[in-house]
Amino acid sequence: MNADMMPAAIFFGAIFTGNILLSNYLGMCSFLSVSKEIKTSTGLGAAVIFVMAVTTLLNWIVYHYLLIPLHLEYLRFIVFIVVIAAFVQLVEMIIERVSEGLYAALGIFLPLITVNCAILGVSLFMVIRNYSLVSSFFYGLGSGVGWFLAILAMAGIRKKIAGASIPKGLEGPGITLIIAGMMALAFMGFSGMINIS
Amino acid sequence: MASGKIVKTFITPLGKENPVFVQILGICSTLAVTNKLENTIVMTLGVIFTTTLSSFTFSILRKVIPARIRMMVETLIIATFVIIVDIVLKAYMPDIWQQLGPYVGLIITNCIVMGRMEAFAASNPPGLSLIDGLSSGIGYAYVLIIIAFFRELLGSGTIWGFSVFGDWWSNWAIMIMPPGAFFMLAIFIWIVKGRMAE
Repeated sequence: MNADMMPAAIFFGAIFTGNILLSNYLGMCSFLSVSKEIKTSTGLGAAVIFVMAVTTLLNWIVYHYLLIPLHLEYLRFIVFIVVIAAFVQLVEMIIERVSEGLYAALGIFLPLITVNCAILGVSLFMVIRNYSLVSSFFYGLGSGVGWFLAILAMAGIRKKIAGASIPKGLEGPGITLIIAGMMALAFMGFSGMINIS
Repeated sequence: MASGKIVKTFITPLGKENPVFVQILGICSTLAVTNKLENTIVMTLGVIFTTTLSSFTFSILRKVIPARIRMMVETLIIATFVIIVDIVLKAYMPDIWQQLGPYVGLIITNCIVMGRMEAFAASNPPGLSLIDGLSSGIGYAYVLIIIAFFRELLGSGTIWGFSVFGDWWSNWAIMIMPPGAFFMLAIFIWIVKGRMAE
């Protein structure tokens, strides 16, 4: 249905109007636990952008050239998760060999990414919305950038409120969720610009 | 096996070790599917089914699975049950299946399921693991149902699709949109944790 939509529109739509974290709630677990520091947030965010863009592409190819011809669409959950896990493992091994610095910066985040539901979620949305190959890639890339933007903003805000006195019971996840809610309100201001869902 | 242990296994995930508001796991679907009570109940039944049977299956196999590929086997066990849920929903409740969209498939990456397998089923016999999986699922379910109840009531003025408030009520549209989900869960955690601290 959206097959002929402009890739650029999908890219910006995935960042702002349909932010994977703030409007689809995906990737919350790592978002809540990692957003304490800007440095780690940046590392995880960069890894998410990379893995999301590539695995969406790989899953599109596997789904359209393997699963559909064989009528095995119902196996997509298993296949997608295996593709993601295998890709992450591969990247981890390559980075370890090629660059010590990059491994130190990104390596520890890669295993976390396999269980980040945003990665699988983007692949599933791609199937539901019937994106073409190019659109899927831009959707994956845009969603990754959107996630990066959200976690970076959250880490910045959490740093500012670190010294604030917060009501008992609301410290930690509670206040983070309220901030996320306000961010979601702000991002709703973008809706109407582009509609991708 | 003492019955006291069974009761304790069953009760802990409902309150003190609740997966949602204590361990903050499975938040994605907690936020995403709670805008309508009907969808929420279908979704939580799917999660209870998956987490119960995954823990049970993994516990039976726990001694024969090599440590190196443990995670992979866990994922495959979960995915198998999620596919069953997906196919059953698609066949019998196509409308709700459509509305839940990718979130049924995302039960695979729901940290509650794998978390219980790792933390409990890996070192306990199948019977106890079954109970632990079941009560973790129920602990997740009742939190979602409470949140969905208030979100649907305030956001649409209805419960289970039936109008409750009548014409004078103007809907809080924000409650069924993303920000409402975040605020509602935060308020829930606030109330529960505040009470627990006392």
